[in-house]
Amino acid sequence: MVMSYFQPETETMPVSEIKKLQSEKLVRQVRHVYKNCAPYRAKMDEAGVSPEDIRGIEDLHKLPFITKADLRDNYPYGLLSVPKSECVRIHSTSGTTGRRVVAFYTQHDIDLWEDCCARALAAAGATSEDICQIAYGFGLFTGGAGLNGGSHKLGCMTLPMSSGNTERQIQFMNDLGTTVLCCTPSYAAYLAENMRERGEAENPLRIGIFGAEPWTEEMRRSIEDALNIRAYDIYGLTELSGPGVAFECCEQHGMHINEDHFIAEIIDPETGEVLPEGSKGELVFTSLDKEAFPLLRYRTRDICILSRKQCSCGRTFIRMTKPMGRSDDMLIIRGVNVFPSQIETVLLNNGYTPNYQIVVDRVNNTDTFDIMVEMNEDHFTDTVSGVTAQEKKLASAMKMMLGINPGIHMVAPHSITRSEGKAVRVVDKRKLLSDSQWKG
Amino acid sequence: MALKQISVLIENTKGSLVRVTDALAARGVNIRALSLADTEHFGILRMILTDNAAAKETLKELGVITQETEVIGVKIGDQPGKLSAALHVLQEADINIEYLYAFFTRTERHAYVVIRVADNSQAEQVLTDAGFHMISDEDIGKL
Repeated sequence: MVMSYFQPETETMPVSEIKKLQSEKLVRQVRHVYKNCAPYRAKMDEAGVSPEDIRGIEDLHKLPFITKADLRDNYPYGLLSVPKSECVRIHSTSGTTGRRVVAFYTQHDIDLWEDCCARALAAAGATSEDICQIAYGFGLFTGGAGLNGGSHKLGCMTLPMSSGNTERQIQFMNDLGTTVLCCTPSYAAYLAENMRERGEAENPLRIGIFGAEPWTEEMRRSIEDALNIRAYDIYGLTELSGPGVAFECCEQHGMHINEDHFIAEIIDPETGEVLPEGSKGELVFTSLDKEAFPLLRYRTRDICILSRKQCSCGRTFIRMTKPMGRSDDMLIIRGVNVFPSQIETVLLNNGYTPNYQIVVDRVNNTDTFDIMVEMNEDHFTDTVSGVTAQEKKLASAMKMMLGINPGIHMVAPHSITRSEGKAVRVVDKRKLLSDSQWKG
Repeated sequence: MALKQISVLIENTKGSLVRVTDALAARGVNIRALSLADTEHFGILRMILTDNAAAKETLKELGVITQETEVIGVKIGDQPGKLSAALHVLQEADINIEYLYAFFTRTERHAYVVIRVADNSQAEQVLTDAGFHMISDEDIGKL
């Protein structure tokens, strides 16, 4: 196994030096935020913490948390910590009206983000000799832009394909000899299926970087077998920059967090208490050198475990497991964030009672998304076509709100399963989040 | 002239149809005719009943969703080709049939066909003009 790094001196830095670097950067980041961002200043003042109280990472716990609700409350420019004239880019979270979060980037922020993505590509074994096809969406979504930038930094010949148009993806892949594929795992599985149906037994690929949605170890093996590649996970959040906050190495066992740019903590989601290494809890990130959109103790709502155990790849960065669940009720369906409360809003706006059940499954490696809705007297008609028309109308209202199209199924009133008087709102049959394989 | 039909949304699970028919039976409401349309998740039970007011009350108590709809009823001779003749009349008038169902009576050598169309009076007019006999709720009551 070739050990390859993009920035070896940083990626293999002794842990004590990482911590020292984090402490220095944290002090600067806190001062920057306090000075230049009014909502943060108010939040810290309210918590009785001044920038002088933060002398290093040992003081991190004194800072208040920031949540997605804070981001929304300060939409759009509230948390911007530099003048607009210094920003060069905006990205936004996937698809959701009313829940949209926008993130800002200076050129410095873009550079650091692209470095993180270049590290991920290098850790997967990519070099400047590779041809890298980016089949993540381009646009407000961070997937395309992030990996595209990382691929440039590493010096790969880069195909900014964006998502979709499977025919063209496969043609370019074969004609140009793509060796690295970056996309969502479900799209990788879809491409594999498509190639199999065409009877194409061979392809030029050797590496896949797949992220932006949860996937299992079983799905990894199935994609690796189908495409004859090694497949790697990559983790990130738009709020923190995008993909590349953490990435898998040749070990394929946990994702290294770019600790020179982010501090990771695990907390008890109920109490907010910081838990010791190896505990399962909610992942919290603090950015260390972001200019435009720094976040201090941002609650990701992802549940995972961190491990400091030495990795054979030589990287010293702490590793995180794949997210094992959420501390809120957010679902990730076909890469899009869906909150049950959004579905409730659409139902109420369209004259339905909020009695519904979301059923999510994965069939042929693609998420299925269905919503059972209890019919009411006002919408009932004696014809099947009448009821089907109601379903279609509601499906398009859902698509407007969520950005993805659910199947709507009208059911009789009171027919949705209730356990102990409480309705079961979400049935997720995908079994994506399992912690059984993690051994630190 | 139109007939008043009761439709009920039925959950597509075991026992949900019998719950409805049991409730009607307990109330002494007789079902003259019925049709059941089903999809993957639900069914629509449409019935011509002897007492709609009592049925609606009972079904409401049962907690099921009902709707009263006006449909047309036409008397069809009990011979091959008679139904086709009526359908041709509607087709020639460009009237689309949403659904239909039929029942026999004990007393007459006729079938009664219940038809759901968008415009009842137009359909009744063309059928009457073509010599068909339309039936009313009163006719149903006499059966």
